[in-house]
Amino acid sequence: MAAGAPVIEAKGLNLTFQTGDGPVHALKDVNLTVNRGDFVSFIGPSGCGKTTFLRCVAALEHPTGGTLTVNGMTPDEARRKRAYGYVFQAAGLYPWRTIAGNIALPLEIMGFSKAEQAERIERVLELVELKGFGKKFPWQLSGGMQQRASIARALAFDADILLMDEPFGALDEIVRDRLNEELLKLWAATGKTIGFVTHSIPEAVYLSTKIVVMSPRPGRITDVIDSPLPKERPLDIRDSREFIEIAHRVREGLRAGHGDEV
Amino acid sequence: MREKVLPVLSVLGIIVVIWYAAAVWMNSTWVYDQAERAGTTVSFAEMVPQTMAQDRPLLPPPHQVVKELWKGVAGQAVTSKRSLVYHGFVTFRGTMMGFALGIVMGVALAVSIVRFRVMDMSVMPWAIISQTIPIVALAPMILTVSNQLGIDNREVPKAIISAYLSFFPVLVSMVKGLRSPDAMQLDLLRTYNASESETFWKLRLPASMPYFFASLKVAVAAALIGTIVGELPTGAIEGLGARMLIGSQFGEPLIMWAALFASAILAGMLIVLVGTVEQVARRRMGGPA
Repeated sequence: MAAGAPVIEAKGLNLTFQTGDGPVHALKDVNLTVNRGDFVSFIGPSGCGKTTFLRCVAALEHPTGGTLTVNGMTPDEARRKRAYGYVFQAAGLYPWRTIAGNIALPLEIMGFSKAEQAERIERVLELVELKGFGKKFPWQLSGGMQQRASIARALAFDADILLMDEPFGALDEIVRDRLNEELLKLWAATGKTIGFVTHSIPEAVYLSTKIVVMSPRPGRITDVIDSPLPKERPLDIRDSREFIEIAHRVREGLRAGHGDEV
Repeated sequence: MREKVLPVLSVLGIIVVIWYAAAVWMNSTWVYDQAERAGTTVSFAEMVPQTMAQDRPLLPPPHQVVKELWKGVAGQAVTSKRSLVYHGFVTFRGTMMGFALGIVMGVALAVSIVRFRVMDMSVMPWAIISQTIPIVALAPMILTVSNQLGIDNREVPKAIISAYLSFFPVLVSMVKGLRSPDAMQLDLLRTYNASESETFWKLRLPASMPYFFASLKVAVAAALIGTIVGELPTGAIEGLGARMLIGSQFGEPLIMWAALFASAILAGMLIVLVGTVEQVARRRMGGPA
């Protein structure tokens, strides 16, 4: 598939949860196209459906209306083809496995040979700058290192889509800045398509080629911003005029979404 | 180490003091009766020594129990019917059989309860009800039934009674342990398209291990109690339970108390053993040393 070809396509996507208090519209009429190699951030307040959308793409939730395709397949088919790696808010490493053992988990399930497992573990540990930590147990690593290990785990089986649900949400800002920088490097090195859920405006603007602004009740898209920032992004780009303009537009989008409620 | 030993020794000291006081108080009745029959009187100072060395005291003082225990452990060949080592080994063997059976039953039931909803709804309530029936009422029935089935070996009903008590803590803990992985952990495996059995072997089972080992300490103590109860009504002539019954029936309190202490020591040894196994397993599963 050529770069720039659509990878994720949502048309008129709806998802309604039936709860004790009546139906909840988690997603309403969501239309979105994500192209190969895009870094797409989903930003919005709690309950806007950003995580739900990501979970739909990963076939962890099933839409009640509209169409959603991943690489031209249904999300379920794409999951069976191992189209994506998923990174959760918590690292969720198994405490009884070493870091290398944790990265081996998806590889074991997917039936890679022992030799190939070892080779891939080495490669992804290097990618996330954890070389030499393979034999450590999770409790011996800091929170930021654990999250890097969980990213390595998602990268190990070469899925071309990386879905990240607030992966740095629980980390402090200094560690977060560093991991953001590393994530951009990783993205440049691997050319993966990344879907990234966040609460933070600077994080979304700094990382993304496309920012999807969402609003709650019902969860819907209020704005899609294609970032004019260059691919090469040093941390101090955040002081540039373009950066501040985009951040301003995101904030406006978030405010507009909230305005509807009142 | 010293911080650990000191509180334990202080409590032990207090218990010994209370015990001696109680022994004097309870055994004094006999001393006064004897004196009355002989038409003499005894002073308090004369009475106290006489409460310390009776043949059949109501409450034997600690040193008598220790002496009897020592006699039972070191005073004879370990193969002798009077040896507490011999009887202790019989009880230990029964406990281990019941413990093993209880672990197998508890784990097997827990796995099927977590796997099949219908088992959860049908078996779990009965497992709880099973523990409300007093084991002393059930033990003779188990013996009669196994006799009826033509099982002559006394070890079998004993192991069943022991397992009946010890499977329950394992079952409850394992159900909790196998269900301990949260939604995120399960979602992660779903994104790998992992099968039900892969989820079990790679996530649920290892996640349940801390719960499993915590339950073993309770289960091994329950297995010991089950074995001793199983040795009481079965007409058994071997084992610490039988020894206690003999002591009580033949009015030999010293034998009874020595057997009681032997079983307490056995219980302590079993718990240390299980604790050691737990520590080894925890290290092997990457826990902090």
